Amino acid sequence: VKTDKLIEMLSTGVEPIDRRGPSRMLAVAAAMSVIAALGLMLLALRTRQDLVHAAAWPSLVLKVLFAGLLIVLAMTALGKVVRPGGEAKTSLAVLGLPFAAVMLLAIGALAVSPSSHWRAMVLGSQWLECLISIPLIAVVPFALITCAVRQAAPTNLARAGGLVGLAAGSMSAVGYAFHCTDDTIPFVALWYGGTIALCTLAGVKLGPRLLRW
Amino acid sequence: MLAGLGGDAAAYRTLLDRLSRHLRAYFNRRLSRAGRSGSEAEDLVQETLLAIHTSRHTYDPSEPLTPWAHAIARYKLIDYFRRTRAIGAQVPLEESAAIVAENDDQAGAESSLDLDTLLGQLPDKMQRAIRCVKIEGLSVAEAAQRCGMSESAVKVNVHRGLKALSRAVAGRSQA
Repeated sequence: VKTDKLIEMLSTGVEPIDRRGPSRMLAVAAAMSVIAALGLMLLALRTRQDLVHAAAWPSLVLKVLFAGLLIVLAMTALGKVVRPGGEAKTSLAVLGLPFAAVMLLAIGALAVSPSSHWRAMVLGSQWLECLISIPLIAVVPFALITCAVRQAAPTNLARAGGLVGLAAGSMSAVGYAFHCTDDTIPFVALWYGGTIALCTLAGVKLGPRLLRW
Repeated sequence: MLAGLGGDAAAYRTLLDRLSRHLRAYFNRRLSRAGRSGSEAEDLVQETLLAIHTSRHTYDPSEPLTPWAHAIARYKLIDYFRRTRAIGAQVPLEESAAIVAENDDQAGAESSLDLDTLLGQLPDKMQRAIRCVKIEGLSVAEAAQRCGMSESAVKVNVHRGLKALSRAVAGRSQA
């Protein structure tokens, strides 16, 4: 085919385009994903029993704040990365800040506790459930956001995939936080941080396959 | 680009035409550096033009156009090297300004792509919508009447069809 003919074809009857499309698709996918994560938690796990007591709230707020901040950072970065060349405009270092902050808090909490408590503080009572639930619940947000990203044109697929994984894992963690009764900061740092990092890694690996265009 | 995105066909045509020359020079240089033949360049030019068209909604008008187009061209080149298994092919992140500095005007350059065959592999509705609107040049309203679809269905089918076409072009020549 002659290139002239292709250009002729492409420019014939060209429709005006909605330039805010990619951002809006991502926003819709993100909203649906958070709802899906909360819904899955309600269906499969139920909220923690002591939610009505004020004592449950500081830890819940910490978990939601940690994961929520990651959602905001990941989706903001993703909004740029889904546009060609957008990876050059994003800094990944800022994504590490919430992890670093919660790690520091965890070390602080361990430092002021007797070492005989450390094991219980780090492992909690349900670390295995956390390890399994967060990546599992993350599958639905991951699929939803992947669909939105596929409508756009990321040119760094591993990075785009990683950000999708990070956002999906964090959304899942927000949902799981309403169920989880392990309230120590070291637990949140290790098992929330760890599972979210795991989801990110899965995204990095899957991105080039799922997001190619 | 802005006028083209707004639906001005003549402006859009001029834009694609200018971009195609820069793309041709870019791919020729990159391919010859990788020891590939020049005939592959035209395939890549067309593949990239299709990609630019189907992802034109990802262009942010507050940003310059060149880095955006360059990122697509570079992505398509890397993807091409990867699927044709050129191991060790390096595509340096050169300054995106370099892409506009070059110009290669071969009017009527031809690729090995067989658009008709590729078009024939699309679902029937998409084929008809694309033929009416993009090849015969009918308006959306006329095409809607001819194909017995609603106007929005015609638009959706043209859009999805071109995307599918772009995917088919990117998926071809796996060897």
